[in-house]
Amino acid sequence: MYLEKVIRELSGVILTRGPKLCNFVEWRGHKVVYKRYASLYFCMGIDQEDNELEVLEIIHHYVEILDRYFGSVSDLRLWFIVCELDLIFNFHKAYYALDELLIAGELQESSKKTVARLIAAQDSLVEAAKEQASSLSNIISQATK
Amino acid sequence: MASPSLMDTLFQRGLDDIIKGVRHQQSSTESIFISRVIEEIRREIKSTDLQTKSTALQKLTYLNSIHFIDMSWASFHAIECISSPTFSHKKIGYLAISQSFSESTPVILLISNQLRKDLKSGNEFEVSLALDCLSRIGTVDLCRDLASEVFILMSSSKVFIRKKAIGIVLRLFEKYPDAVRVCFKKLVESLEGSDSPIVSAVVGVFCELSAKDPRSYLPLAPEFYRILVDSKNNWVLIKVLKIFVKLAPLEPRLAKRLVEPICDHMRKTGAKSLVFECIRTVVTSFTEYESAMKLAAAKIREFLMEDDPNLKYLGLHAISIMAPKHLWAVLENKDVVIQSLSDEDPNIKLESLRLVMAMASESNLMETCRVLVNYALKSDPDFCNEILGSILSTCCQNVYEVIIDFDWYVSLLGEMSRIPNCKKGEEIENQLIDIGMRVKDVRPELVRIARDLLIDPALLGNPFLHRLLSAAAWVCGEYVEFSRNPVELMEALLQPRTSLLPSSIRTVYMQSAFKILIFCIHSYFLQKEDMTSEVSDLASKRECSESSDLATGKALVQSDQDEGFNPRESNQSYEYPSAVDTGDGQSSTPTFMEKKSLMHESIVNLLNLMELVLSPLSGSLDVEIQERACNVLGFIELVQQEFSNPLIRKEANLDREEVIASRVVEWVHDGFTEELGPVSVTAQDRVPIPDELVLKENLTDLEAICGGVELPAPGSFSLTSPYYGESAVFSVSNLQAEEDSEPSTESTSLLTEHRKRHELYYLPSEKNKIPANDYPPANDPSSSISTNDATEDLVKLADQSLVSKRKPNHAKPRPVVVKLEEGEAAPVVSKKPELKDDLLSGAIHDILLGNEAKAASSQSNPSDKSSSKRKGKAKHVDLLDSKENLAVGEQPNHENPSSRRSKHRGDGKQKSKKSKGKKNGDGREDDGEKESQKIRDHHGRHKSRQRADAPINVVPQTPDIPDYLL
Repeated sequence: MYLEKVIRELSGVILTRGPKLCNFVEWRGHKVVYKRYASLYFCMGIDQEDNELEVLEIIHHYVEILDRYFGSVSDLRLWFIVCELDLIFNFHKAYYALDELLIAGELQESSKKTVARLIAAQDSLVEAAKEQASSLSNIISQATK
Repeated sequence: MASPSLMDTLFQRGLDDIIKGVRHQQSSTESIFISRVIEEIRREIKSTDLQTKSTALQKLTYLNSIHFIDMSWASFHAIECISSPTFSHKKIGYLAISQSFSESTPVILLISNQLRKDLKSGNEFEVSLALDCLSRIGTVDLCRDLASEVFILMSSSKVFIRKKAIGIVLRLFEKYPDAVRVCFKKLVESLEGSDSPIVSAVVGVFCELSAKDPRSYLPLAPEFYRILVDSKNNWVLIKVLKIFVKLAPLEPRLAKRLVEPICDHMRKTGAKSLVFECIRTVVTSFTEYESAMKLAAAKIREFLMEDDPNLKYLGLHAISIMAPKHLWAVLENKDVVIQSLSDEDPNIKLESLRLVMAMASESNLMETCRVLVNYALKSDPDFCNEILGSILSTCCQNVYEVIIDFDWYVSLLGEMSRIPNCKKGEEIENQLIDIGMRVKDVRPELVRIARDLLIDPALLGNPFLHRLLSAAAWVCGEYVEFSRNPVELMEALLQPRTSLLPSSIRTVYMQSAFKILIFCIHSYFLQKEDMTSEVSDLASKRECSESSDLATGKALVQSDQDEGFNPRESNQSYEYPSAVDTGDGQSSTPTFMEKKSLMHESIVNLLNLMELVLSPLSGSLDVEIQERACNVLGFIELVQQEFSNPLIRKEANLDREEVIASRVVEWVHDGFTEELGPVSVTAQDRVPIPDELVLKENLTDLEAICGGVELPAPGSFSLTSPYYGESAVFSVSNLQAEEDSEPSTESTSLLTEHRKRHELYYLPSEKNKIPANDYPPANDPSSSISTNDATEDLVKLADQSLVSKRKPNHAKPRPVVVKLEEGEAAPVVSKKPELKDDLLSGAIHDILLGNEAKAASSQSNPSDKSSSKRKGKAKHVDLLDSKENLAVGEQPNHENPSSRRSKHRGDGKQKSKKSKGKKNGDGREDDGEKESQKIRDHHGRHKSRQRADAPINVVPQTPDIPDYLL
């Protein structure tokens, strides 16, 4: 599978880089910007003309959004920055948060507060649906169908 | 598989359970665990309960994203999930779809209806889910179907939805350009205001769009300008700057207005990303504005001084953009650049390497290369090869423009190939052969270097150097007359370790050995003739012309200019500079030719050696090797009869055998001394096609005629490849012509018969794909002069070079480098915009011009706005074109490929003129003047091009942007 190969090769390239090197790598003719936060690496493939520093800022922005979000919803947090377990157990939520930040590859929302508000609103919708689904009456209706 | 039961529903494992389960497995049992989970999912996903189904789907999505488990089989279930009324199911379904669907997913069209329903939903978050999904997977069909829904959302009252809809427009336009007609006006309107998220989204869209086709967005420049001045949002500013980088070259008036605000931002802002974007904008687009450049350079300097490797890298990168036009920026930061060569970051090292090479000039090239080669020796293999690669590419630019001392360069090539990590064998190979062909004066040194390479048995073990060795072997064979000791060369070529070479290169070795053999025997014969006719010392010159007269008399492929070309003649007037340090003890007589040392025994030894080495190869499995071995062995047999029995030979001097042998040697030798010049890549294109040829005929029945016969591969007329091919042709044909002339004539008669019968089919359908066999040998003067301009010019150049060489040269002038007039550069490919882009830009043109027409009602051709939009668009584009043509007339128009080519030709001429001037022995001072002349020319040309460009840009656009900016 193509994606698997990309991730494997890229992580090979990026993980071997020392801490004092710059955050850009050329990989098969593509530019990749990466940044490390504690044990997490965030990578973004960008166009030749894209502004590397801006991309680093976007990554940082995303990490702050995740941080704020998981800080309020998750009890897995051990330190101040978003941690690996957050992402592993909430991979879908990380995707949803990314959807609010970027669309069609472009930054769409520069306000962290707005993004947080939007995610929270959607979460409450999901919760409501879940509660309804797991209510006793629902289970009974399923069972007797 | 059992259908999902109630138990499954009640006791389904959730996502968290799966994740925990996978994490607790050892790596050995992990795959078993996962496959068990997948089985479970396959069962659960069939459940009628959407809750169970969606949970299964979510688990599958997780496994797909982390463990790359295939989930394409579940696409239909994902569609079921998004059609659920419950938000959480929808969300899971949409995530799965974004992750797994692609153009080739068969069920993708099924989601069209559901997407439309969600786009119209009252719940803004459902709309948002649908939009996000569309932005990922939108296909042509989906975009066409949903364009109108997106358009409605673009004026939604909720900012959150509106900005997403605007973001989607990018994908919409890309997939379905006609959407422009509906959405573009709305998009432009959304530019109003300066700091809302809407503007941010719109600017993002325009940033991407203008990267593909900037011209269409020129009319919007005033809007962008306003944002540039007003906006406080760095992200928006960066995007606007990117748009202006694209627009600035199209509209000269823009730059004047933009420089100030951009410099302002550069001075004031604290954000490094914005500063960098400003720098990049200035150094790419506003290079004429001295003050802005100065400011940018100062900012770059700040970057370089920082400890942050990112800034350092970007700073170096920015300088390298400046380098071509503003070398001062590089020189100012020379210290940092050199320092960065030993930085620990490979990216930074690469950037600085590029800059170091940019600083290289005629005067400091030798020193720079020396330093770099030392760096290469010390650094890791990758960077070592980067260094070597950049040296090679810098030095060969514009036909070795920067190199004055070719002896030095050739020895540098030799040195580079000995660097242990060197993997650039192929490039060095090309350059060795190329230089050999182009630069006559360097040949003796070239042969010496090649000898050193060949003689070293260690190099044969490095597969990366094989190509290089093949070049060395070729050089030795081709220019053997400059060698001091051909016997030694022969031994090197036949050494046992050559068995390590791939067969294609081995054949080159064998061919070269054959050439050397012919050369030795030939000169032995000449020597003998001299002795018998007792014209011992001074005869060489006469003998030489005699021999060539003889050759022309025999009506072989000998021609007028070849007489002048005869390498031996030039050889005699050549003073070898460093003949003292030779190992073979005969320092006063530089080249082999004049040594007169070829004894009868040494020839016999040579023949024996060759026979010994080659006879096992005559049974080789590789056809090429076997063929050549047999050829050479046959020849040796022929010649040996004469040499093996000296007594008889002396008694019967006019023995028939000997006459044949010496004549064969003579002929083959003449074939080999034939000079092969570089052939332009585009030479074939310039051969006029005879009128009676029908090239576009359908050739499908050709296959029937040819049957199983393999067609010869179309010849690639690159610079080097004809060599091998042709020298092989020469040798084989010459040999055959003598040894067994009857069968060959027989076969040719068969061929001509076949040709007569199928005249029409002897040329393939495309004119530039004539099979190699049909193409006249590059050096066949009779045909090439009449048809091939390039060869003709080459011959002219070569003649002049000879004239210059006869004059005594003082100091060390740059040797003549043979150049082709026009086309070493890759043939100019006229840029054809993709159909889709074309459609898109056409549509946008239409919209913008339409706007204009409404606003100003001064559209030049309102009649052209026909009611049918499609038709209108086509016409409109045509109209624009014709307008351009009218306005521009004969001026070079960069959109017109043919005129671009003619401009190239002009450049070429200038170049060749320059080199001619040099050839006449003007010397260095003159060169300097020429250089400055060239620089001025360059400027002039540049300006004139700009001037020529200006009307193109302005004339068709004037109705569109009547002084918005001014």
